[in-house]
Amino acid sequence: MSPEPVVSLRQVSKEFGQGGVVALQDIDLELAPGEFVSLIGPSGCGKSTLLRIIGDLIEPTRGDVVVNGKPAHQARLDRDYGIVFQDAVLFDWRTVAKNISLPLEMMGWNRGKRAERVREMLDLVELTGFGDHHPWQLSGGMQQRVAIARALAFHPPLLLMDEPFGALDEMTRERLNLELLRIWEASGSTVVFVTHSIAEAVFLSTRVVVMSPRPGRIAGIVDIDLPQPRGIETREQPRFAELVRDVRRRLRAGGGFEQEGDTLEEELIVAEEGL
Amino acid sequence: MSVAATARETRAASAGDWALRGARQALVLLGVLAGLWALWEAFKWVGEATELRIRAFQVNDRTFPHLHEIVASLFEPSRRGGPMLIEVLLDAALFTAREAAAGFALGALVGFTIGTVLAHSRLLQRGFLPYIVASQTVPILAIAPMVVVWLGSRGIAGWMSVAVIAAYLTFFPVAINTLRGLHAADPRALELMRSYAAGTWSVLWKLRVHAAMPFLFAAFKISATASVVGAIIGELPAGVPDGLGTAILNFNQYYATAPERLWATNLVAAAVGIVFFLIVVIAEKLVVRRAPEHVA
Repeated sequence: MSPEPVVSLRQVSKEFGQGGVVALQDIDLELAPGEFVSLIGPSGCGKSTLLRIIGDLIEPTRGDVVVNGKPAHQARLDRDYGIVFQDAVLFDWRTVAKNISLPLEMMGWNRGKRAERVREMLDLVELTGFGDHHPWQLSGGMQQRVAIARALAFHPPLLLMDEPFGALDEMTRERLNLELLRIWEASGSTVVFVTHSIAEAVFLSTRVVVMSPRPGRIAGIVDIDLPQPRGIETREQPRFAELVRDVRRRLRAGGGFEQEGDTLEEELIVAEEGL
Repeated sequence: MSVAATARETRAASAGDWALRGARQALVLLGVLAGLWALWEAFKWVGEATELRIRAFQVNDRTFPHLHEIVASLFEPSRRGGPMLIEVLLDAALFTAREAAAGFALGALVGFTIGTVLAHSRLLQRGFLPYIVASQTVPILAIAPMVVVWLGSRGIAGWMSVAVIAAYLTFFPVAINTLRGLHAADPRALELMRSYAAGTWSVLWKLRVHAAMPFLFAAFKISATASVVGAIIGELPAGVPDGLGTAILNFNQYYATAPERLWATNLVAAAVGIVFFLIVVIAEKLVVRRAPEHVA
């Protein structure tokens, strides 16, 4: 790969407790600038842990994590990434506009610059005119868009997303998938996206990293060669179905289905009903 | 845009609801007052008719004056040719309220500071918390004279000593709830702040304090009334003559001849406590902006 990777993981392992559970084992992964990479796997495969290690919210037990050409810790201090969780995690006591400007306040931006950027971000996530609302006045999907606007407000080169649409209904989820692709194209950020929906991972990503549980390992990587830009019709292409099948096979080979039993299988099947 | 319009409609509708709710609450309040009055008079009537005796306690006009007599006594002169009792009591109440307010502010500040420091250090928490708890097991009546003597010897005015005594009762609930409330922040909100490389100070002021607000206001409600009690009790050893504490002591001496005056004084003291409580409730409504389901 010619350009310097945005994220580079080398032999990263994570154990919880003293000599206890191995959450991640020997993870090697590189993300090129502008990539959209999904981490998919059953619960307990360590995908959320891996995301937090990239963000220096958890320290790995072993291995090197380089973000934007520097150690993950330094990258966090330099605010090189924005993060979005499964719930919007908006501050109830702040308006939508003030929520979006929170990271800008931390970075010491002045009031005028903040207001201008907040307006841009509201336009970007199509919430123009909602700046003065309070979070609880918005629907779940709108709240999540505010969270995305907040994460991208300072134009970080990297966006970390931890099952951002997992708590939303299928309709809203598909709409936000489309919107996220548009935002990704507009912002040029690199995205790491944790999900357990196969369809969602295939639809959004340039690469899908399939993980297997106990200990968390990379079971395979699927290049998603669907043409860009993607739209509603993308899901109807035969190639889309092929890729979904490919990801599902790798999940099964990695033990994602058998070890977790019925509940997980159901979960993944439900997730595929987006097809 | 349709969502904005709906929000506006809900706001307009809620203004009407508000008036209706206010009227209903006023009605309930009147009902409760009438009920209490009926209970009081019924107990008195039954007690007198059956010559009820509970050991030395006997129900009669001295132990149990009529409520209307208590209220009427407020509008009679407190002594021959003097001002009406209610004027005297309102003056005293205002004086005590000032002590209590100063004590509340001081106690809240000290309590918040202690809670914040302890929340950030497990070591200090282990070391100091037992003594802070112990401080509240010492009766205020034992502490009050010492405070008055210490501060008095430094030339500090009597009412300020009383405020310090009120603060002694106020700081504890605030300290404990601050400690608890500062740890109530959503773990993911803390991760978010960490992702911004936020320092302890920003996390405290931009997140933890806001998350602690419901806890803080619960403490303020307890402390608001406790500060009034503290001020009244503090006035006795401090020898401050202008407050409700002295009025209570004073009318206590005349209880045999004019019991309704002591009862009236108690009513005024209770009213001060209620006003303090309501001020905190209103402040909470103004300060805490939360989703409706979070508002207790």
